Amino acid sequence: MLSGGLILLLSAAYMGLLFAVARFGDARADAGRSIITPNVYALSLAVYCTSWTFYGSVGRATSGGLSFLTIYIGPTLMLLFGGVIVKMIRISKTQRITSIADFIASRYGKSQLLAGLVTVFAVIGVIPYIALQLKAVAASLDVLLQRSGADLLPEPMLDSTLVIAALLALFTILFGTRHLDATERHEGMVAAIAFESVVKLVAFLAVGIFVTYGMFGGFSELFQRAAAAPELARLLQLDSSRAGTWTALILVSGLAIIFLPRQFQIIVVENVDESHLRRAVWLFPLYLVLINVFVLPLALGGLLHFPGQGVNPDTFVLTLPLARGAEALALLVFIGGLSAATGMVIVETIALSTMVCNDLVMPSLLRTGWLGVGERGDLSGILIGIRRVAIVVILLLGYIYFQAAGEAYALVGIGLISFAAVAQFAPAVFGGMYWKQGRRTGAVAGLLGGFVVWFYTLLLPSFAKSGWIDKGFVEQGLWGVEALKAQALFGLTGLDEISHCLWWSLLANAGLYVLVSLHSRPDALEAGQAESFVDVFRHGARTRDARLWRGSASLDDLVSLLERFLGPRRARKRLSAFAAAQGVRDWQTLPANGDFVRFAEAQLSGAIGSASARVMVASVAREEALGLEEVLDILDEATQVRAHSRELERKSRELEAATSELRAANASLRELDRMKDDFISTVTHELRTPLTSIRAFSEMLHQDPEIDLADRTRFLGIIVSEAERLTRLINQILDMAKLESGRAEWTTGDVDIGEVARETMVSLGQIFRDKGVSLESEIPAHGPVVLADRDRLTQVMINLLSNAVKFVCAETGRVMVRVRDDGREVRVEVEDNGPGLTAEESLVIFEKFRQGGNTMTDKPQGTGLGLPISRQIIEYFGGNLWVESRPGAGAKFIFTVPLPVPQEQEGDARHGQ
Amino acid sequence: MKRLNPLRQRLAALGLLAIPLLTFPVIGLPTGHWNGIPASFLYLFGVWAGIVVLAAGAAERRVE
Repeated sequence: MLSGGLILLLSAAYMGLLFAVARFGDARADAGRSIITPNVYALSLAVYCTSWTFYGSVGRATSGGLSFLTIYIGPTLMLLFGGVIVKMIRISKTQRITSIADFIASRYGKSQLLAGLVTVFAVIGVIPYIALQLKAVAASLDVLLQRSGADLLPEPMLDSTLVIAALLALFTILFGTRHLDATERHEGMVAAIAFESVVKLVAFLAVGIFVTYGMFGGFSELFQRAAAAPELARLLQLDSSRAGTWTALILVSGLAIIFLPRQFQIIVVENVDESHLRRAVWLFPLYLVLINVFVLPLALGGLLHFPGQGVNPDTFVLTLPLARGAEALALLVFIGGLSAATGMVIVETIALSTMVCNDLVMPSLLRTGWLGVGERGDLSGILIGIRRVAIVVILLLGYIYFQAAGEAYALVGIGLISFAAVAQFAPAVFGGMYWKQGRRTGAVAGLLGGFVVWFYTLLLPSFAKSGWIDKGFVEQGLWGVEALKAQALFGLTGLDEISHCLWWSLLANAGLYVLVSLHSRPDALEAGQAESFVDVFRHGARTRDARLWRGSASLDDLVSLLERFLGPRRARKRLSAFAAAQGVRDWQTLPANGDFVRFAEAQLSGAIGSASARVMVASVAREEALGLEEVLDILDEATQVRAHSRELERKSRELEAATSELRAANASLRELDRMKDDFISTVTHELRTPLTSIRAFSEMLHQDPEIDLADRTRFLGIIVSEAERLTRLINQILDMAKLESGRAEWTTGDVDIGEVARETMVSLGQIFRDKGVSLESEIPAHGPVVLADRDRLTQVMINLLSNAVKFVCAETGRVMVRVRDDGREVRVEVEDNGPGLTAEESLVIFEKFRQGGNTMTDKPQGTGLGLPISRQIIEYFGGNLWVESRPGAGAKFIFTVPLPVPQEQEGDARHGQ
Repeated sequence: MKRLNPLRQRLAALGLLAIPLLTFPVIGLPTGHWNGIPASFLYLFGVWAGIVVLAAGAAERRVE
C-alpha cells in the first residue's frame, strides 16, 4: 500500500529535480555555454508525448487496435518534410516571432485582429487538452491510492485535481516567466523538458517489459493468447473499413506536431540552431517508435488480466504492476506520467500565456490608453504580471473543462479535439509561407469558417455528450434540420467524428482562405511581409525592411519605449549591441533612421508581439505611409538588383575581352612603331650614301683646281648620277608613303597591258642594247585590256625590266617578257637568266630597302623600294606580284591583274543571284 | 539563387515513399502471423523503424 505522503514527497522531490535541471540550464545559458545540443533539442520535441500517450494510447488500443499509431506516424512523416520547418524557423528568427499567433499575424500585415483571433482559437482549442492532463494526473493518483473505480471520482478528489492545477500553475510561473522576452529562449525549461522525455520513456519501457516478459511469456505468447480470445483477436487486425480515419488521423497529427502552441514553441521559438533539426528528424521519430512498441502488448495484457472487471484501460500501465504488487514500478510509472503531464502543461501554458498577453491583453490595454504614451514608467513588470495571471486563468479554464466535459471522453478523444482545432491554422500558415497572394481578409475568413465548423461539429457535441447542453442538434440537427446534424453535416456519414470535422472544417477553411484572398488587395505593409515570408531564403538575413520605412522619429522616444517594455537594463544592453553592429561607439549618438526604428520594433516584437509592437512604435514615430505601388517597387528592386548583377558580370566579361584585344592592338602598335624607327634609320642611311659620295667629289673639285679635265668630267659624272639616285630615292620614298597612307592619286581607265609592255620595252631598249642583253617578248597583237592606272602599270614594268637588266651578265644576258590572258586574269612574266634567288631571298626582296645580292660587299644597285612599291600597285588593282626562282637558274617575276567582268556576264551573274 | 539542399531532397523523397507504405491500402496487405506475432504489427513497426533508420542515415551522413 502506497501512502499519500510518500507519493506527495516523491512528486515534490521529482519536481525539485526538474527545477534544478532548469536552473542549471538557465545558468549555463547565461554564462554563454548553452546545454541545448541537437540531442536535447530532439528530446524536447517529445513534449508531444503527453499523458495522452502515456496513459491514453493503451486505452485507445483496447478499442481501436493499432490505430493509435497514426498519432505518431503523422509527426514522423511531417518531420521528413523538414524544409517546411526550417523555413518556419528562419522566418521566425528574422521577424522575431514569439508564437504561432504572432507568426500568422505578422505574415498578414501585423494584424492585431488576426493575432487576437488565433489566440482565442488556440486557447479554446487547447483547453480540452490541458484538461486531459489534469484528468490523467488525477486518475493516476486515484489508482495509486487505490480509491479505485475510475469512472466516478469521489468528492475529495475533485479538490485534489484543483490542487494539481494550482501546483502546475505555480511551476509554470517559476519555469516560464523568469524572463520577459519570449524570443530570449527558455533554455532551462527546454533542458527540463528533455529530461522529462527521458524519464517518461524509461518508465514506459519499464512497465512494457515488465508486463510483456514478466507477466506474460513475451510478445509471441501474449499475442497468441489474445488471438485465442475472439473479442481481442479483432484488435490484432487492421480494419480496412476505417482507412479514411487512418489517413485523417495521420494528417491531423502531422499538422499538430507544428501547430500546437507548445510544439511551435519548442520546435520554432526555442530552436537555437537550425542544424539541430537534422538530428531531430530521426531521433524524435525513433523516440516515438520506442514509446509505442509496448502499447498494444500492454492493452492486450490488461484486457487478458482484468477480463470484464471494468478497470479503466487508460490506467492499465498502473493497475497491471499494482496487480502484481510491483509498487516501486508503479511509482516510477506515476512519475513518468507526471513528467508527461507537467511537461505538456508547462510548455503549453507558457506558449498560450505569451499569446494571451501579447495578442489579447496588450492590444486592449493599448486601446484603452491605460498604458498612455506619455508615461515613462517601466512596464516590463506589468507584462510579466499579465503573463502570470494568464497562466493561472488558462489552467483554471482547463480545470473547468475537466469538470464539465472531461468525464465523458477517454483521454485520446479529448486530445483529438485539440488536434482538429490547431489544424485550422494550416491553410493560413502554409499559404502565408508559400503563396504571396494569401491575404489578411482570406486568412480571417478561413480561420473563422474553419473554427465555426470545428466548434459546431466537435466541441459542442463533446459538451452535449457530457450532458452539459441539449443533444438535439447532434441527434436531430439544429432546429430539426436533418442536414445540420452536427456529426453528419449535409448528410456526410460513415466517418468518425474527427475525420468528419476535419473534412468539413478544412474544406471551409482552405476554400474561404483562397477565394477571399483572390478577391482582395493587400496594403503596403502586408505586401512587404508576404514578400519577406515567402522569399525568406532569398532575402536571407539582410533586412531590406529599413527601406520600407520612411518618416521621422526621435531617438529619445524610441529608447524610452524600449526601456518601458524591456526594462532599462536590458534595453541599454540591446542598444549597445545594436550600436556596435552599426559601427557606432555610443548608442546615444545613433541616428533615428529607418534602421533604428526597425530595430526598436523588432525588440518590442520580442516582448509584446509584432502587432502590438507596431502600434507602439507608430505612437511615437511619425511614419509616412508608403503606397502599395511604392512598396512593390522597392521589393522589385531587389529582383532588379539580382538582374543587374548578372548584367554586370556579363559586362565585365566583355570588358575583359576588350582589354585583351586592346593589349594585342597595343603590341602590334609597338611593333609598327619599332618598324617605323627601323624604316627611318634605313632611309637616312640610304640617303646618306649618295650624299656622301656627292660631297666627297664636290670637295675634291672645290679644293683642288689642278685636277685635269678628264678626272673633272668623271667626278662630275659621278656627282650627277648620285644626285639622280638621290632624287629617285626621295621620289620613291614619297611614293611609298603616299601608297601606304592611301593618299596616292589613281587615274583608273581601260589599259591595254600588251601595249604598255611593248612601250616599256621600247623605252628601255637602249639600256639593254648598251649592256648587250637580249630582250625578247611574247605579247599578243592586241593585248588584254584591264581596268587600271596606265602610268602605274608602266612604273611596274619599268621596275621589273630594269631589275632584270641590272642583274643579268653583260653580253650573255637574256630577258624574256610574256603577256598572257586566261579569261579571268592577265598574267605578265619577266624572265631573266641572272644569278637567281634563294627561297629566303625570294621573300625578302619584297620588303622595303632589301635588295638582291650581297649588299654588304657589292655596291647597291637600286633603292630597295622598287619591288615593294610595285607589289603595292599590283595589289591595289586586285592582282598579285611574286617571283619564281632558284639560285643559278635565273628568276621569273610574275604579276597578275584580274580582267574586268564583261557586261553580259555581269548581267548573268545578277540573274543567278 | 536558392541552392537545392540535398538532405532536404532525400528526406522529402523518403517521406513521399513512406506515405503510401504507411497508409491503406498497403498496410492492409500483410495478414496472418509470424511466430504468433500479427503480421500487421510487424509490418507497421518494421516499415516505421526502417524509415527512421534511413532518415538517420541520410541526416547523419557527413557533408561532402
